[in-house]
Amino acid sequence: MNVNPTIVAHLGLIFVVFNMLVLSAAFMVWLERKVCAYIQDRVGPNRVGFEGSLQPFADVIKLMFKEELRPQAADRLLFVIAPIISACAAFAAFSVIPFGTETTLFGLLEEPIPLQVTDVNVAILVIFAIASMGVYGIVLAGWSSNSKYSLLGALRSSAQMISYELSYALALAAVIMLAGSLSLREIVMDQEGYWFGFIPRWYLFLQPVGFVIYMIAGVAETNRAPFDFPEAEQELVAGYHTEYSSMSFALFFLAEYVNMVTVSAVATSLYLGGWLGPFLPDWLQWVYFLIKVFLLLFFYVWMRWTLPRYRYDQLMEFGWKWLFPAAVLNLFATAALVLWLG
Amino acid sequence: MVSLNHFLILSGVLFSIGTAGVFLRRNLITVLLSIEVMLNAVNLTFVAVGRYLGTVDGQIITFFVMTVAAAEAAIGLALVITLFRHRETLNPDAYTALKW
Amino acid sequence: MEAVAFYIFAAIAVVASLLVVGQRNPMYSVMLLIASFGALAGLYVLLDAPFTAVTQIIIYAGAIMVLFLFVVMLLNVEREDSATSVATMVGPTGMKLGAGLSVLLAIEVVWALSRLGESHFGHDAETVNISSVARIGQALFTQHAFAFEATSILILVAMVGAVVLARRER
Repeated sequence: MNVNPTIVAHLGLIFVVFNMLVLSAAFMVWLERKVCAYIQDRVGPNRVGFEGSLQPFADVIKLMFKEELRPQAADRLLFVIAPIISACAAFAAFSVIPFGTETTLFGLLEEPIPLQVTDVNVAILVIFAIASMGVYGIVLAGWSSNSKYSLLGALRSSAQMISYELSYALALAAVIMLAGSLSLREIVMDQEGYWFGFIPRWYLFLQPVGFVIYMIAGVAETNRAPFDFPEAEQELVAGYHTEYSSMSFALFFLAEYVNMVTVSAVATSLYLGGWLGPFLPDWLQWVYFLIKVFLLLFFYVWMRWTLPRYRYDQLMEFGWKWLFPAAVLNLFATAALVLWLG
Repeated sequence: MVSLNHFLILSGVLFSIGTAGVFLRRNLITVLLSIEVMLNAVNLTFVAVGRYLGTVDGQIITFFVMTVAAAEAAIGLALVITLFRHRETLNPDAYTALKW
Repeated sequence: MEAVAFYIFAAIAVVASLLVVGQRNPMYSVMLLIASFGALAGLYVLLDAPFTAVTQIIIYAGAIMVLFLFVVMLLNVEREDSATSVATMVGPTGMKLGAGLSVLLAIEVVWALSRLGESHFGHDAETVNISSVARIGQALFTQHAFAFEATSILILVAMVGAVVLARRER
């Protein structure tokens, strides 16, 4: 049988990316618990594996053996589909993110393949489209559970995500304007090189306001503290996933962490120069990508355990009256700069 | 080989389904959804013919149709909510009074 | 390959749209319509219009449908009234008339389209060039600039209108 090595390499890439996402979600669970523990002056998980590093796997095994509960008044079909939509949307968004240069796998392949599942020429819009699909998982979960806490969580989540999507998109638009391309690979390549020989040409330095807006909107999009209203445990028990248990709960959990990884990976590609970095040879540059993504992820965790939750009206006021005008002004300023400097 | 006719017939079928929805359903939300189906059928025609003629104008009109659809949905749903507050039903036949 | 993709997407679009219209539960209608939009986005990709495909998902599935979902959740009307309970103006006769009219429309449209000659898509570089986002942007902001500005006014009016309509009177 004649096997095309390029197709095998692509399938292998998909396999690796999928498993890396699952593993990084597991790693994030461990990191979150450890960091939270140190912030609160505790030790954190330290029984399973080295320093509790196998704790997430133990958790997953525990969740798998739990009973799958389903409320009697729930809408059966949508109740089952909701976590699947959440998880699928979370994984699908990562498919357009580049994480390394082109490689021939040490000469195994005749044509070099880019380290990326697929290179779409409207990549940023694809990410945005898939992110807007993620809201359905949460909304359907909240509605189909037929419980007041779930419904409130879902309503809050849809309002919050629609409000912050605007600022998110406007922050992205400023970067698109600078790069003149919608392809993430081209945007990263545009950030190659240095100013004055030592400052990397990252868009972070051209778009500091945009980066801050993106990070804030990203936290709101992924429903993390201090914007975790859809699940605010003190008010809504567990929000949209109150009625979920066992593996369907695990899927929501997974989706949340994978979403964080995706948002950080997009931020890395747009503002922090993606896989670009000094010293390492070309085929190892994905290490830089991993380092940058995990620094941003650490920032997420740090923020969650440091800042208290906003009030819901404050969230809306902040989103519409501060973040959105700031994003619009940033866009105007960027457009003027691009026009002025050519 | 897929030709322009395939797309036009598909769009005709979708448009008819949407029209049937507007004619047959007695739920304001479903009627609005059926209108969206019709708009989408028209969009498909525009994009297909634009591709056939090799111009981007089809896609641009689609873009405008989408914005108009967004405006229509916002106003339509606001009307639905207001009506629902008065009559507690979504059946368009219930709104026969000229004044309340 | 292209033909297979076309028939799969077309089947999804038609079946989902039929179910949207035939569905009693508005929540399911909304979800099925999203599936239909997704299939149409796939068809746009087949037509070398990836930008339109993605905007279709972002605007229709991501924004307009969330609005519908929001209203369905807010009103929380599980089932629609049966046809007989509030038959005041349009009785069963009206329903039959509507069904007849829509079948007539479908027959007319398909008949008219089937009389067209077979027209195939060109595959030269000039025709395929329509997938370029830059070209769309260029045309949108020069040739169609007035229409573009007009839609922004339309959206402003819609926004104000929706707020005024949905506001509770005190």
